[in-house]
Amino acid sequence: MTREAIKIFVLDYLAGRMTCGEFVELVTDYLEGSMTFWGRVRFHLHLGLCFGCRVHLKQMRQTIQTLGRLPEAPVPPAIREELLRRFRHVKAKSS
Amino acid sequence: MSEPQQPAEDANPEELRLLERLRQGDEAAFASLVDRHHNALLRLAMAYVSDHSVAEEVVQETWIGVMEGLDRFEGRSSLKTWIFRILTNKAKARGVRESRHVSFSTVGASNDDADEPAVDPSQFRTTGHWAGYWTSYPQPWDEDTPEKLALSREGGVFLEKAIGDLPPNLRQVLVLRDVEGLDSKEVCAMLAVSEANQRVLLHRARSRVRRALETYVEGGLRPA
Repeated sequence: MTREAIKIFVLDYLAGRMTCGEFVELVTDYLEGSMTFWGRVRFHLHLGLCFGCRVHLKQMRQTIQTLGRLPEAPVPPAIREELLRRFRHVKAKSS
Repeated sequence: MSEPQQPAEDANPEELRLLERLRQGDEAAFASLVDRHHNALLRLAMAYVSDHSVAEEVVQETWIGVMEGLDRFEGRSSLKTWIFRILTNKAKARGVRESRHVSFSTVGASNDDADEPAVDPSQFRTTGHWAGYWTSYPQPWDEDTPEKLALSREGGVFLEKAIGDLPPNLRQVLVLRDVEGLDSKEVCAMLAVSEANQRVLLHRARSRVRRALETYVEGGLRPA
């Protein structure tokens, strides 16, 4: 069999004809670990054969990494001061 | 992706020390908490109340709740989770009063939630044996795209806008899970939403942000 024929065979018969359109909707279920065993098998078969979906999955992972790295801007000094003042106050009251 | 929730008995020793200092009234410890979480709390509060000054108030109330609750905090969740839970409770109450609270029981009820594909359907073939497969493959992003994006000023502004453009329910889930990295179960409890529902919301939110980043990346990342 040619490479393309193998690809069609796997995608159609073993992966239960999972399309890329279906794949992209399953990415979060996959990353959250909420897929069934066979669901994961189909997902992996598709992933192994489809360059576009590998790129897409990587982009979703990079999106999540980006969100997790968002730096926090400094707190405005006036607000920070006011909160610390309150903290002193609450602590003085309770001790 | 997230760490399993640790039982209180083997809680992070660093966190236990921080908690001890906070309880003793150590101002530097409290300042470090404020520096770490204040803007993150504000970002989340903005997903509940429309007005920036109201969101500021909600965050202030949250900090007061933290100060007053420190002695009662049992360490069953992380300090961070506990603080964010106080915020979601206060913000929800405020959002109800402002009647802008988003109900989670009905995903699909508002227009924003109509079955929204993760990828523009025009990127997939519509006919032939390969219907449903990519018309042309998406372009891989550079390995260092996350760092470049998150750490450049312009990238940061763009990201904040992409998050801010999400409808409130998507934004709440995305901020708690992906920006703050909180545990899935904890977030379900905080937002009173099922795990399945949370996944749907998270998927839509991530997909929208990915699409926004794609346009940004393809427009050419400027150096930090």
